[in-house]
Amino acid sequence: MVDAVIGPEPVPPAEVAEVELYHPHSWITRYVFSQDAKVIAIQYSLTAMAIGLVALVLSWLMRWQLAFPGTLSFIDPSQYLQYITMHGMIMVVYLLTALFLGGFGNYLIPLMLGARDMAFPYLNMLSYWIYLLAVLVLVSSFFVPGGPTGAGWTLYPPQAILQGTPGYEMGIILMLTSLIIFIIGFTMGGLNYVVTVLQGRARGMTLMRMPLTVWGIFTATVLALLAFPALFVGAVMMLFDRVLGTSFFMPSLVSMGEQLQYGGGSPILFQHLFWFFGHPEVYIVALPAFGIVSDLISTHARRNIFGYRMMVWAIVAIGVLSFVVWAHHMYVSGMNPWFGFFFATTTLIIAIPTAIKVYNWVLTLWRGDIHLTIPMLFALAFIVTFVNGGLTGLFLGNVVVDVPLSDTMFVVAHFHMVMGVAPIFVIFGALYHWYPKVTGRMLNEGLGQLHFWITFLGAYAIFFPMHYLGLLGVPRRYHEMGSTSFVPESAQSLNVFITVAALIVGAVQLVFLFNLIWSLRYGRESGGNPWRATTLEWQTPETPPPHGNWGKELPVVYRWAYDYNVPGAKEDFLPQNRPPETSPA
Amino acid sequence: MARSEIADATVADSRPTRWRSIVTDWASDQRAFKQVSWGKAMMWIFLLSDTFIFSCFLLSYMTVRMSTTVEWPNPSEVFALHLFGRNIPLILIAIMTFVLITSSGTMAMAVNFAYRRDRRKTAILMLVTALLGAAFVGMQAFEWTKLIEEGVRPWENPWGAPQFGSTFFMITGFHGTHVTFGVIFLLIVARKVWRGDFDTGRRGFFTSRSGNYETVEITGLYWHFVDLVWVFIFAFFYLW
Repeated sequence: MVDAVIGPEPVPPAEVAEVELYHPHSWITRYVFSQDAKVIAIQYSLTAMAIGLVALVLSWLMRWQLAFPGTLSFIDPSQYLQYITMHGMIMVVYLLTALFLGGFGNYLIPLMLGARDMAFPYLNMLSYWIYLLAVLVLVSSFFVPGGPTGAGWTLYPPQAILQGTPGYEMGIILMLTSLIIFIIGFTMGGLNYVVTVLQGRARGMTLMRMPLTVWGIFTATVLALLAFPALFVGAVMMLFDRVLGTSFFMPSLVSMGEQLQYGGGSPILFQHLFWFFGHPEVYIVALPAFGIVSDLISTHARRNIFGYRMMVWAIVAIGVLSFVVWAHHMYVSGMNPWFGFFFATTTLIIAIPTAIKVYNWVLTLWRGDIHLTIPMLFALAFIVTFVNGGLTGLFLGNVVVDVPLSDTMFVVAHFHMVMGVAPIFVIFGALYHWYPKVTGRMLNEGLGQLHFWITFLGAYAIFFPMHYLGLLGVPRRYHEMGSTSFVPESAQSLNVFITVAALIVGAVQLVFLFNLIWSLRYGRESGGNPWRATTLEWQTPETPPPHGNWGKELPVVYRWAYDYNVPGAKEDFLPQNRPPETSPA
Repeated sequence: MARSEIADATVADSRPTRWRSIVTDWASDQRAFKQVSWGKAMMWIFLLSDTFIFSCFLLSYMTVRMSTTVEWPNPSEVFALHLFGRNIPLILIAIMTFVLITSSGTMAMAVNFAYRRDRRKTAILMLVTALLGAAFVGMQAFEWTKLIEEGVRPWENPWGAPQFGSTFFMITGFHGTHVTFGVIFLLIVARKVWRGDFDTGRRGFFTSRSGNYETVEITGLYWHFVDLVWVFIFAFFYLW
């Protein structure tokens, strides 16, 4: 890196011009209605994890039903569809999006950039409380007559709002309302993240010196600000179709032998709107994971990230491309086949920047001083899993291969690998990595090893066989196998195997939760920089960082985020705020 | 010396060229947009996001207009007013559009006077802008009432495709909501200007931050955006 150092003469410390912090004066304004990004981050994370637990329990119930149909008498086909829908929507939107952007974004952006807080702390606080409201509205749908919607997380009309779909009475209304609320709340947070990254950095922190974590979260937020509008519009229109009886998405229909009032709408319009949001959403989840994993690998392999510039451009390129691939989710929707040709091409082009990232991670590890810490283990697991999921993506991106595989377990296996398991691994790795900064204590290593190995191997035990089931033709979203001419009965024993693995993996997450709580009190004290990392958040004067983050003076940045094992340096890492040694005469 | 190659590379040699120089400028220290305040940056990014919302609404309107199997009502007849003994097509919309575009003019003047620290003129011009905005919403309410009396509903109308009413109420309603919020913000900021908050550094009730006269311009950005969106709605909904 040529531009790793500003210049020979030291730069005076500088305050960012517009900082005007709100100073809390009571317990409530400090910890409940807090405007401090770090507190908001913790609120976001805890809420997301709590609702994620609901989704985890739902997945247990689904797996139990698939393996041992009929043994849990309260699960009927409608219930099963409701579990599927809520599990999907919660995991994608309310857990992954909220945790990566609301949780990690809020905690790490100001700290990693050397800012005192987000640009608009009040808006940031509102963002969390509106998110909480969205979660509550979503959860309330479990308790209304008819239960939550069972339309599948894609909520395709016309069926989503018609009699026959579970939860068509109230569930779908609450789901759409909750999404609208979520988007409003997210926009408030998202504006904060983008403005802080663009306009609120510390002295010396150029965009090309930002840690890749910030690049990932930043790009994902931009995607979200441009993609969520499509979902917003789709949700509003479907809400009107359901509540007012408009026909945006509703063609003429006969239901239960009766001609419905609807007519003239376009069901495929919703699919376009949904996937114009839905595909960028995959990268809203994946890009922060890419960024975080780059930093974890670099730190724990004590080696600078390979090809930093290419990594940045790959993130940006993936972000741009993600807006022109959405219809690869719609090959079987009946749209013009020429579209399929176009979208298959753009989809496969995404493999290029993605492959660049994978190669660069591997090359960063190459001859690195790899410490197999828990964050590193999860980062390695991410790479492997992401490559696995990415390869099946090449199958599904091609129209002719996708058509027979559509709506089979193969698709389920693919997207769980690539945007379920892989980002979750990064979340775990990141939690083990940054927990010491948040609490001042390390997470327990032994419990961490247990958690990692069972989760990692278990995830493969769950999702590898699913590919095979999909190739056999086992459809997704069916509450039991039934008997067909093409699926052998032995496939059911594979289903039982998957379920047992899923229950074990689910159970070990409780060990992780226990670890989170236990280490809060009994964990080993970590000190300010336990991983000997270079990025600014580890250089704060106090750990955990107080309100305002930096004490009296803001840090000044002299170098990029990856000065590990610099030849000639005394230590094996140089923090970003370490000034260059005075140049020789 | 930690990294000798850095010392070797003189400033002149490492100065980037062409595309890379653009990237370097943009990526440079502290701020990507040097003269842009946080508030203004936020408004621009919000407006970009909002553009996507309105684009999705308008594209959806075009799609259902093509997908519907019944004939689309003729907007020149639907939106005609019976005045002076004859039907004048689109007359109300023409007046509404005129009012809204005029309000953009008064808003621009308010921004000008705000930067001259002319509190009185700024506040009055913002109030005029708000008044014109309120007049627009009022006329829209009149238009809605008239159409509802003629039997237009979101799910049906007497003249043809039911999607006509659906998209009409949804899109003009969403835009009208934007105008209404704009009027509220205009009134709040006008009050602050009038009271001299931006000179005394008085802190906001919610944000506990002190504002400055740029707030007027940021409000103006939003207002011009709402006007611009109206031009597109006017063109695609009323003239098509």
